[in-house]
Amino acid sequence: MPNGERRGMDYTIKIGGEAGQGIQTIGETLARVFSRAGYHVFTHQDYESRVRGGHNFFQIRFSDKPVTASRTYIDILVAFDEESIPLHQHEIRDNGIIIYDASSLGRKHEQDHFLDVPFIELAEQHGNKIMANTVAVGAVLGMLRLQRDLFDGIIRETFSKKGEDIVRQNIGAAASGFDFALRNCPKCSFVPSSFGPPMMLISGIEGIALGAVASGCKFYSAYPMTPSTGIMNYIAGKEKEYGIVVEQAEDEIAAINMALGASFAGVRAMTGTAGGGFALMAEGLSLAGMTETPVVIALGQRPAPATGLPTRTEQGDLLFAIFTAHGEFPRVVFAPGTPEQAFYLTNKAFDLAEKFQIPALVIFDQYLADTEWTYDRFDLTKIRFRDYRLRGDALRSISRYKRHAFTETGVSDFGILGDSEHLIVTDSDEHDEEGHIIEDAETRVKMVEKRLLKKLPLIRREITPPTLYGSGEPDILFVCWGSLYGIVREVVAMLSEGRKTAMLHFSEIYPFPDAFDHRALLETAKVVISVEQNATGQFSRLLRAETGYAFNHMINKYDGRPFTVEQLLSEADAIISRV
Amino acid sequence: MPSSAEYSGQIPAWCPGCGNFGILSAFKEAMAELEIKPHQFTVVSGIGQSGKFPHYVKCNTFNGLHGRTLPVATGIRLANSDMLVIAVAGDGDCYGEGGNHLLHAIRRNSNIKLFVHDNQIYGLTKGQPSPTSVEGMITKNHPFGVFSERLNPLALAIALDCSFVARGFAGDTVHLAHLMKEAILHDGFSLVDILQPCVTFNKINTYEWYRQRVYYLESEYDPENRVSSFQRALEWGERIPLGLIYRNHRPILEKRNPVIGEKPLIQQPFDATAIEETMKEFY
Repeated sequence: MPNGERRGMDYTIKIGGEAGQGIQTIGETLARVFSRAGYHVFTHQDYESRVRGGHNFFQIRFSDKPVTASRTYIDILVAFDEESIPLHQHEIRDNGIIIYDASSLGRKHEQDHFLDVPFIELAEQHGNKIMANTVAVGAVLGMLRLQRDLFDGIIRETFSKKGEDIVRQNIGAAASGFDFALRNCPKCSFVPSSFGPPMMLISGIEGIALGAVASGCKFYSAYPMTPSTGIMNYIAGKEKEYGIVVEQAEDEIAAINMALGASFAGVRAMTGTAGGGFALMAEGLSLAGMTETPVVIALGQRPAPATGLPTRTEQGDLLFAIFTAHGEFPRVVFAPGTPEQAFYLTNKAFDLAEKFQIPALVIFDQYLADTEWTYDRFDLTKIRFRDYRLRGDALRSISRYKRHAFTETGVSDFGILGDSEHLIVTDSDEHDEEGHIIEDAETRVKMVEKRLLKKLPLIRREITPPTLYGSGEPDILFVCWGSLYGIVREVVAMLSEGRKTAMLHFSEIYPFPDAFDHRALLETAKVVISVEQNATGQFSRLLRAETGYAFNHMINKYDGRPFTVEQLLSEADAIISRV
Repeated sequence: MPSSAEYSGQIPAWCPGCGNFGILSAFKEAMAELEIKPHQFTVVSGIGQSGKFPHYVKCNTFNGLHGRTLPVATGIRLANSDMLVIAVAGDGDCYGEGGNHLLHAIRRNSNIKLFVHDNQIYGLTKGQPSPTSVEGMITKNHPFGVFSERLNPLALAIALDCSFVARGFAGDTVHLAHLMKEAILHDGFSLVDILQPCVTFNKINTYEWYRQRVYYLESEYDPENRVSSFQRALEWGERIPLGLIYRNHRPILEKRNPVIGEKPLIQQPFDATAIEETMKEFY
């Protein structure tokens, strides 16, 4: 399988180069062309923690069937630096082509799987060498024999603000790259399938941010930290339209405390960070627990400890997310596996945070944040929005108000400051029903019961069990969580042709799903493999603590890079062939 | 006018003679005189003896974490810019644990009123030096005395162009109530540093010590000259000025942010129907 098997149309393009060369822009533009053509698209990125230089790449896979992960093998390598060639040429499939600009790389490659396109020269002919990237996108489309209209439309949208001249120059530059590749690449034998209706193209980080906006998030405070910053950027772009305040805090401690202040005052509030910033938020998380103040926290895991590999990926903070912060209080922890799950689970996090007056965490990683997926559409009827606060007349009409009143469910009415003469009082100290400091044992016990023990079973009832994909009676069962969904799913699909194979994917992780009726699957499958992107198998430990089940086989990866389908397949094959 | 007794909350658990009592009575007096009803303002406090303050006042209360008073207050103001938000903190709370927040709250200029109970010692944890303790102060955990220079909160605030900077004294509640009213009526982030004797743990900065040194700013003093205000803020030791030391009229954060400039966030309901349109941006 040196070149990877392929069914139907399934192409991969990799764009490699230094930071600052526009790799990401080219990648995103091509992905947009493909999604508008109606193809299924999957993209992922690999970049260093620097603004200029180094080696980065952007990988795009597109197909006429759904794709949920990257392949190891590539059909077109766009090399913007010389380093891209030795680093990636072993990934080139038979009939694959490396496209580059010999004049800018300072070296001509004579083998016939190289295509030299003078990106800069063609750009200069149309007005400015700055359009070299436009030429490159045009050239890739030419290699694919994919009509240019969609790209022209994108150029128009991107540059219309800069005037008709710039639009025309870019369209000219795109056409010259396109025509050059069309004429000069006799080896190009790509056969794209016909166009379908446009697909929605969305990344994981956009899924979270859009989910927040669609949930009525009104306040977002954060300190910038990769890979969470995209949430702040997206929501800030919607401030005016939706009436949202985004405040860049001086540190993560301020970020969570501001969010709690805003939530206490009656608006839906969220913060986001990575592991290091979340460590600083621990006390504030506990404050949310004690004061029963709803808050949603997006936690982007990255390889740690400490600063670790800032721009890379890992699932190393699961137990940290579940167990951090002093004291005992309820929380929910979700780990979406796709941009679509990110959208719906962020919404569910807001709903449960408000319903039970608790902190709700959405944890993700750089891989999910940056990967783009395509969908027909998101179903907005599945979005939950219910205002649980006691506002205006509803608050005014009650005779006596106590912020932390004892109730059957443990949930007390949350009134709005200033809406009535009732006072809203809360305290980080243990408090009575009104919210005032107490020391007595009896009230303490009743408060723990109210805040934690009464709510817990009700929260657990809201948790959806894991998703089973593949055979209902698998011989081979993969168990994974969070961002591994897409990769494991493709591996399961490939293995399913030979044996009964399935994936059990957890996205609503804590409280651990109550209706865990998959225990039988774990017992009856011949091979059960846990796959995690961390060194110690954190989910495996959680599953064992919650169910008593221990995995015999684990695949762990902790190099900061995502699995490709082929890598996981070969590791799984090694286990399966031993059993 | 309501009586100040109408603002009484729970019975204070402070030491008899504590400077906090003066601050509490001045505050209730100020609110009564301004005729602001208990449900119309929110007191945010941290941890320390000052943190208990809102429990002893009839008011909306968020008694949060040590040092984190200002971020919570900022969040409340941004969500509800109609709400009067008073942040109450101690010297350890606000100048130590929460020092970073103070810097940035002054820069933001959210319309928060910060009243600092500055007793130059840690009371709740029983007598460790605070950022405003005098150099050389000997405590149980500082047998060689404090090595660090005393933090000057007023000079710091003026250096950051804080909108309203004043100093009061818990031993003169009439003057303090007046300062508090001025701070509340001022449009901008307002710091009132309140000298407050700790009768149990601070044997240096006693009522007597303060009374011998404090003086009131003369009537012709110009609080809007930043340079001369800074000079006044540096006065400490033999003569300690009380009153409004510095003031400017920078626009407040809540007015600068166009999202909430016209209407508080809390009064802007979420329009779910717009999402369908937003989704189209992903095609």
